[in-house]
Amino acid sequence: MRLTVNDVEHDLDLDPRTTLLDALREHLDLTGAKKGCDHGQCGACTVLLDGRRVNSCLVLVIAQQDARVTTIEGLGTAEEPHPLQRGFLDHDGFQCGYCTPGQICSAAGMLDEVERGWPSAVTAGDDPDLLSDPEIRERMSGNLCRCGAYPNMVPAIRQAAGR
Amino acid sequence: MTATLPTAVGAPLARLEGPEKVTGTAKYAAEYRTGEVAYGWVVQSPVPRGRLNAVLADPAADTLAVLWHGNAPRLKSGDDPELDVLQSDRISYRGQAVALVVAGTLEAARRAAQELRLDITTEEHDALLRTDHPGLYTPERVNPAFPAETSSGDVDTALAAAAVAVDVTYRTPALHNNPMEPHATIARWQDGDLELHDSNQHPSGVAATVGALFGLPPERVHVITEHVGGGFGSKGTARPNAVLAALGAKVVGRPVKVVLPRQAMFSMVGHRTPTIQRIRLGAEPDGTLTAIDHQATEQTSRLFEFAEQTTVVTRHMYAAPNRRTGHRLARLDMPTPRWMRAPGEAPGMVGLECALDELAERLGIDPIELRVRNEPAVEPETGVPFTSRHYVECLRAGAERFGWAGRDPRPRQRRDGDWWIGTGMAGATYPTMAQPSTARVRALADGAFEVAIGATDLGTGARTILTQIAADALAVPVERIRIRIGDSTLPKASVAGGSSGSASWGWAVTGACRELRASGRDEATFDSSELVQHQEKDGRHAFGAHFAEVRVDAVTGEVRVSRLFGMFAAGRILNPRTARSQLLGGMIMGMGMALHEEGVLDPAMGEWVNHDLAEYHIPVHADVEDIDAAWLDEHDDRINPMGSKGIGEIGIVGSPAAIVNAVWHATGIRVRDLPVRLDKLLSLLP
Amino acid sequence: MKTFDYRTADRSSAGLAPEAMFLAGGTNLVDLMKLGVATPDVLVDVTKLPLDGITERPDGGVRIGATVRNSDLAADPRIRRGFPVLSQALLAGASGQLRNMATTGGNLLQRTRCRYFMDATKPCNKHAPGTGCPAREGDHRNLAILGGSEACVATHPSDMAVALAALGAVVRVDGAAGERTVPVTDLHRLPGDTPQRDTVLEHGEMITAVDLPALPFATRSAYRKARDRASYAFAVGSVAAALDVDDGVVREVRLAFGAVAPKPWRATVAEEVLRGRPATEESFRAAADAELEAARPLRDNAYKIDLIRNLTAAVLTRLAGEAR
Repeated sequence: MRLTVNDVEHDLDLDPRTTLLDALREHLDLTGAKKGCDHGQCGACTVLLDGRRVNSCLVLVIAQQDARVTTIEGLGTAEEPHPLQRGFLDHDGFQCGYCTPGQICSAAGMLDEVERGWPSAVTAGDDPDLLSDPEIRERMSGNLCRCGAYPNMVPAIRQAAGR
Repeated sequence: MTATLPTAVGAPLARLEGPEKVTGTAKYAAEYRTGEVAYGWVVQSPVPRGRLNAVLADPAADTLAVLWHGNAPRLKSGDDPELDVLQSDRISYRGQAVALVVAGTLEAARRAAQELRLDITTEEHDALLRTDHPGLYTPERVNPAFPAETSSGDVDTALAAAAVAVDVTYRTPALHNNPMEPHATIARWQDGDLELHDSNQHPSGVAATVGALFGLPPERVHVITEHVGGGFGSKGTARPNAVLAALGAKVVGRPVKVVLPRQAMFSMVGHRTPTIQRIRLGAEPDGTLTAIDHQATEQTSRLFEFAEQTTVVTRHMYAAPNRRTGHRLARLDMPTPRWMRAPGEAPGMVGLECALDELAERLGIDPIELRVRNEPAVEPETGVPFTSRHYVECLRAGAERFGWAGRDPRPRQRRDGDWWIGTGMAGATYPTMAQPSTARVRALADGAFEVAIGATDLGTGARTILTQIAADALAVPVERIRIRIGDSTLPKASVAGGSSGSASWGWAVTGACRELRASGRDEATFDSSELVQHQEKDGRHAFGAHFAEVRVDAVTGEVRVSRLFGMFAAGRILNPRTARSQLLGGMIMGMGMALHEEGVLDPAMGEWVNHDLAEYHIPVHADVEDIDAAWLDEHDDRINPMGSKGIGEIGIVGSPAAIVNAVWHATGIRVRDLPVRLDKLLSLLP
Repeated sequence: MKTFDYRTADRSSAGLAPEAMFLAGGTNLVDLMKLGVATPDVLVDVTKLPLDGITERPDGGVRIGATVRNSDLAADPRIRRGFPVLSQALLAGASGQLRNMATTGGNLLQRTRCRYFMDATKPCNKHAPGTGCPAREGDHRNLAILGGSEACVATHPSDMAVALAALGAVVRVDGAAGERTVPVTDLHRLPGDTPQRDTVLEHGEMITAVDLPALPFATRSAYRKARDRASYAFAVGSVAAALDVDDGVVREVRLAFGAVAPKPWRATVAEEVLRGRPATEESFRAAADAELEAARPLRDNAYKIDLIRNLTAAVLTRLAGEAR
């Protein structure tokens, strides 16, 4: 199995049942992606797979030969944070921090989807603002936060998007 | 003195661990590399009551060990029977840990656990809480040590004579804490000592509890809890995962990691009990309350008694000459309830504040005015004064900010397209507590100070706030403070619970810093026990008021919260940045309680069957629209050296009632059975 | 999760071992495998097959490859313009992440969210035939009012499938016996005494594409979903509809209900009632009631009757308004 994670190529020999999330956390020591539910119901495990946001807990690694994965560790560092990481810091967009890497990876994928003009369930009209607050909320709804840091994440994401 | 130095306390300092959290480098319990770790998977009982006779494992299974009561190492019994895991054949609830499978990989452990065959003798069970349950009894005390019943005056006579009375029953369902980080432990034995990387709210407590089970003194158990992905009460004490991991590691001679699956978090780690609350209020035509009676029926387990203090809150809120509160419990074949954010206050204020809204409607008095007219001058039951109480100010200032004035009191008057729109409010309160803690301060060679205390930061901002408190106490900038928390070997701190962390730990930190300066030495340790134990007995509470605007879809009955605003008087706010976040978080959890959250009981199964995050709904981004919190500049120098009251829980107290009351105002429908879901509204909508 | 052999499908009609299953997005199958509810010995990965295209058909219809991801389908301009009900239904479902993974074929073949089905330790005639259905007496608030049986009252959870049912989509299937087509409304079985079989597909048959026939008036179509929170929740009731109105009279209508039956429920009775009737809210309510006469609610799900009636009236009234 060959997998490229954060631009580093890995040769993996894993149990075929291993999910991408468990491969990252238990075998590659990339614990930024979190296990919150392990069933695609919380979004804490969100990573970018070939550029798209996915729930890594439902991805079997064995089906991802030659895939490219970006995790929170690949987005930025404390010294050089990604604009989204900066936004979350500036707006106190987290409390316990456990859902945060998933939120940020999800937001990164989401902004790319907006860039491509993808609609959401609240998109209406011919010339909609795809980054209005209701749009951001709807598009980010696949990431649960039990601390309730949602209201601070919205401006964090807006800031990162240059809005 | 350093008069030019701005005080750190009160400044919106960003969370110190923020960069680690947003870059994914902050380590939570299950994320440490600890050599050749093996994986433990918990096997849960599929029946609510019975005896486990035998466990049959596939000999070909790829496991290192299968532990159950027939072969697990013996533990010394502690004071929490739920931690005596794998010690007895008795099954007390569905979901109880009955075996642990340990394997070299997570995948092998999970499958072997699924394939394990359990030979169980099933017994009849009883899982349904009801007010006519034959086993209902009044406990001696409710948590933590309140009388179960109080009474003064003659409630029945007063109610019979009241000009206006309400007699209503409100129900709240089982609620599940569901911190995003599951309960998790990596256990490692070294030379007879135990090391636990564990997700909890109280490292020294976990060390003592788990140590006692294994016959070890606390100092031989090292609990590391650097970052915690939320707890909300469910990680206040050691949970079975810690004991299971330690048992597994002992048997296989390797570190063992046990992470509870989300599904297990609906049974093994505690929950908020369902409540059935009967509230009776009597009033004069001018709104003066003549009688308050608040009786709660709630559940506990066969394992031990947990008595939620649901109606205690009513003892502090409003004046009335005739008053009575009480609690009755049923022991059911269900998991033991535990603490969940604002235990007692959160459900209790649903009953009280919704009933008051009903009374306001009957009286034709504005709900804010009704509360103001019944504001007590002193603690209503004991007559002792409050150290500070600015409830009325919160009501007034909150109403002003929310735009309450001019509200048409009649329900079902505002319509916008398909939406019925309404507003509602409710009061909030939470006790101000502090517990003994010890902190140590050391002057370092580079001019910085190391402040050490075995506290934890669950996302509350504790690490940051303690740094601010220390900086001011030492009169140095925050950059010169190096805070160390999250480790049982540090000076002993109280649990991160009861909204008492900042007060308890800040008290100890302040003491240590003052002592360091006074002594001129390089190190000082301060134990706050004596000061905390000699606190005066005056009423100490934070207060607040919540305001909600909801819209209810006339087509579907779906409810959305358009606006939610909370105004609080909680003493000195130590860090407005983290405080606002925490208050909003409590209010959002309150929204979940009002509209979404419910452990759905199947009495025949003896289980809450919606045990995952797809079916147990907590609010998502899209549920949270316009929300804000603010606070009054309240000074109270009688509560602790910081003058702070604690804000971790008050956000969830009252916000559910404000939303439920707003739903009534929008629709004219009183839903007295939480959560308010569309199926409870739809057939009653016009 | 039981261990399995992993293979990639080299052609769509690859034969299947008895305990083999197709793997596409994995959003439902991997979930059920972890729960021990699905226990395939062989996983055949179909995502490498060239089935991920969306193509226009000469008749004005659209062919959707089986492995087209839900998010790509929802964003496709031809779908948004010509069949908005489908785009809306997709976007009403799951989350951005899940829509990026889930496929058209997999979405159709997802299994019920019934809480008893999803727990391998509980009785359930669907995952363990003959063990009974605890949902009838237990929790069934979100289970079927239409099409259920004594043995099973599961609901099909898909949003997308409801839109496809309304649009009269046709499923293209490839298997050992060759290719065939199945109307999407016939794809899912009613449970009867054999609820363990969700669909009419034979073992080894695989969905290769879904065809949307030309339906010019589907430019005026919509999906509306009610759920227990604002987003990221399965439907408790939904309606997909397309409406063609001529001078205030219903010329043609397509209507389907979601979260009320073991399959996406095409409301043919209601459609028949509506044809030729005035396009008014009263007509729409009466039509919904005609369809819902067959409803057999249980203790806690009768609210779905009101809900579906209201949703039907609201969606069709809006579409009728747009037609004016």
